Amino acid sequence: MVNTINYLKETPSQTAGPYVHIGMVPNFCDITGVIAEDLGKAMIGDGTKGERITITGRVLDGAGNPVNDCVVEIWQADANGIYNSPAEHRSGADENFAGWGRCPADKDGVFRFDTIKPGQVPGPNGAPMAPHVSLWIVARGINIGLLTRMYFSDEAEANAKDPILARVRPSGREHTLIGKREGDTVTFDIRLQGEEETVFLDA
Amino acid sequence: MSTSLPNTPQIAGSFFARDHSRHPPSYAPGYKSSVLRAPKQTLVSFDSTLSERTGPAFGHNMIGELDNDLIVNYARPGEAAIGQRILVHGQILDENARPVPNVLVEYWQANAGGRYRHKKESYLAAVDPNFGGFGRSITDENGYYWFKTVKPGAYPWPNGVNDWRPAHIHFSVFGTGFVQRLITQMYFEGDPMIDICPIVNTISDKEAIKQLIAPLDMGNTIPMDMRAYKFDIVLRGRRSTYFENRPEGN
Ligand SMILES: [Fe+2]
Repeated sequence: MVNTINYLKETPSQTAGPYVHIGMVPNFCDITGVIAEDLGKAMIGDGTKGERITITGRVLDGAGNPVNDCVVEIWQADANGIYNSPAEHRSGADENFAGWGRCPADKDGVFRFDTIKPGQVPGPNGAPMAPHVSLWIVARGINIGLLTRMYFSDEAEANAKDPILARVRPSGREHTLIGKREGDTVTFDIRLQGEEETVFLDA
Repeated sequence: MSTSLPNTPQIAGSFFARDHSRHPPSYAPGYKSSVLRAPKQTLVSFDSTLSERTGPAFGHNMIGELDNDLIVNYARPGEAAIGQRILVHGQILDENARPVPNVLVEYWQANAGGRYRHKKESYLAAVDPNFGGFGRSITDENGYYWFKTVKPGAYPWPNGVNDWRPAHIHFSVFGTGFVQRLITQMYFEGDPMIDICPIVNTISDKEAIKQLIAPLDMGNTIPMDMRAYKFDIVLRGRRSTYFENRPEGN
């Protein structure tokens, strides 16, 4: 007999379904009075350090229809590239920035986060990754939450050296991960399927 | 215990590779909504970086007194939701079988008749004026959560000509890393609707499906009040970093 390794198995995912709002943004779907404000609605306050930007885009299905019943979550580092997280080993994260937000898409499939531009985060071997945010999309018809990253079009030099974008580059799909910056707005459409399908990640 | 072992990991480890064979595939035509919403390209895989190993934390002080009591948290004063009173409880663990304390668990469900409180809902079962269908908890120091609710009803849905959802509760769970994020559904032991549900059957591994079925837990029943169901949830495990001397990012 060999020793036993008592690993457990991850609980299987199931779709968030059409009524995901009830559980994740109850006030948005008129279930008021249970919690004061939907979680993740406001990401920044007066004290938050960093350059103010808006990240917005549409979520589209394989036929180009807006995915107007999805919920998008964002996770990002602060202006100095530090995560406000118990799992972050570096200290000094901006205490006025949680780095997490949640937004239900509107009737046109549009999400929007008013946030700050993240700093560079160290990647494998400590070399910096280009500034990016992580996004996670759930909805009816999505059987397991979809993870992607958005990089910034005004960071071409850093993007060229980013180790994750380097993995995507040979497929010719790198551009699906680049948010287009115009002024303070960064536009990032997420295509679940089709010719311009967004690159989704498994990490 | 305040001692710190010399080889205590300082850096949150990266995650075990996800075993996709236990999850539903994105494209599962038996569940028609997935057909246009499933990515067709393969996922791009890489060992998680700090961006995936970290995740948001939420404080216990955020949770209101009634957040985990769906029987009364939407009810008019002195009234209560209609239905079979149940206690749902369990532990959030990781694949290393370690409890995951201080993480947010959100849950939502239909009322006892199988109707959701949502503008897109059109099932003819009655709305319960005293039931919102939403609650949340933060796990305690041992990873436990619990809430009171009414047992949700089964409901029909437009997929096949005559498809019904088994009674179920939706769960959204946070871990300590963003890629532990999980949304799933809990089913009830003994429900004959489970085997014939197209959404359950997006999962091809029959053993994996069992992990979504909460057993009746008579040991935690509250006598003369409510029956209990136990639902543990397992999140992805981290590799330990005992032998990782390189201070990442410095
Ligand atoms: Fe449901």
